[in-house]
Amino acid sequence: MPPAAPRSGDAIFANVERVNAELFTLTYGAIVRQLLTDLEEVEEVNKQLDQMGYNIGIRLIDEFLAKSNVSRCVDFKETAEAIAKVGFKMFLGVTASVTNWDADGTSCSLVLEDNPLVDFVELPDTCQGLYYCNILSGVVRGALEMVSMKTEVTWIRDMLRGDDAYELQVKLLKQVPEEYPYKDDE
Amino acid sequence: MQFFGGSEISPLPPLPTASGNNAHMMYVFNRNGVCLLYREWNRPLRTLNAQQDHKLMFGLLFSLKSLTAKMDPTNAEKGNLGVPQLPGQGCSFHSFRTNTYKLSFMESSSGIKIILVTHPGTGDLLESLKYIYNLYVEYVVKNPLYSPGTPIRSELFDKTLDQYVRGLG
Repeated sequence: MPPAAPRSGDAIFANVERVNAELFTLTYGAIVRQLLTDLEEVEEVNKQLDQMGYNIGIRLIDEFLAKSNVSRCVDFKETAEAIAKVGFKMFLGVTASVTNWDADGTSCSLVLEDNPLVDFVELPDTCQGLYYCNILSGVVRGALEMVSMKTEVTWIRDMLRGDDAYELQVKLLKQVPEEYPYKDDE
Repeated sequence: MQFFGGSEISPLPPLPTASGNNAHMMYVFNRNGVCLLYREWNRPLRTLNAQQDHKLMFGLLFSLKSLTAKMDPTNAEKGNLGVPQLPGQGCSFHSFRTNTYKLSFMESSSGIKIILVTHPGTGDLLESLKYIYNLYVEYVVKNPLYSPGTPIRSELFDKTLDQYVRGLG
């Protein structure tokens, strides 16, 4: 029996259970609001959002692999395309585009025109250093770490800060292959 | 690996009855070698204690994967034997069969390995293993009280698995 072909982001998005977009946006907003109240420091909140995203990402990768059936990506370019076209579509319902490849092919940008997390949001003056969508950078970093890629993910453009789109830079630091975990004498 | 002349030298084990399970046992490992799940339905002979049994199984698969990838006649690039590979890279072996059992294997790109040991008459179980992987995602990964990398203790998952495996083959 030939192996099942990988499914497109649209096909999977049509099949998964969906939740009301406003509920999702408002829940995320409540999380950020509570973090701001508890931690007070904007940098701390950024870090905490990234950590939360990381914890989501390490689990999300299994769901992504199980539902989308993508085979192992041969290089980082394929990985970035898979995240942008299948991953974002499957989980957020929006497609990202991949741009700004550097010379080695180890760093690229994912550009999001539309971002469901930030509907109704405007940053006040007291929260100027806040990366409101920092959970997304944690998710991407966590998911890639579970497929043996250590990456650094940062925000380049953020519409809440006045730019025209959301741009996330993903830089591949190194690939970490599996090691045999048991020592020989055990 | 098929054992030729199995019918004269050592007879096949009796076919499972309608009420019995087709499957003998199942292991789930993560990328660090931690045995997340071990289920046993029909295992008459047990030689090692559980810890050693898991290590043996993991070691066996690790070596088999490495070996099959290096012996691949269609792959142009060949590293040295024993060099660790990225999960999912190269060819991945699916199963091996002896005269008394068949072991089917599936590995995801995130390093989750699912092993199912069944009766040798069983057909290709790749789709079934993928379904079990989906069950793992639904019942284990999505459970917020489960810490990734620790053994799975979920009654619901066990029950659903048992039901599914009973219907196999």
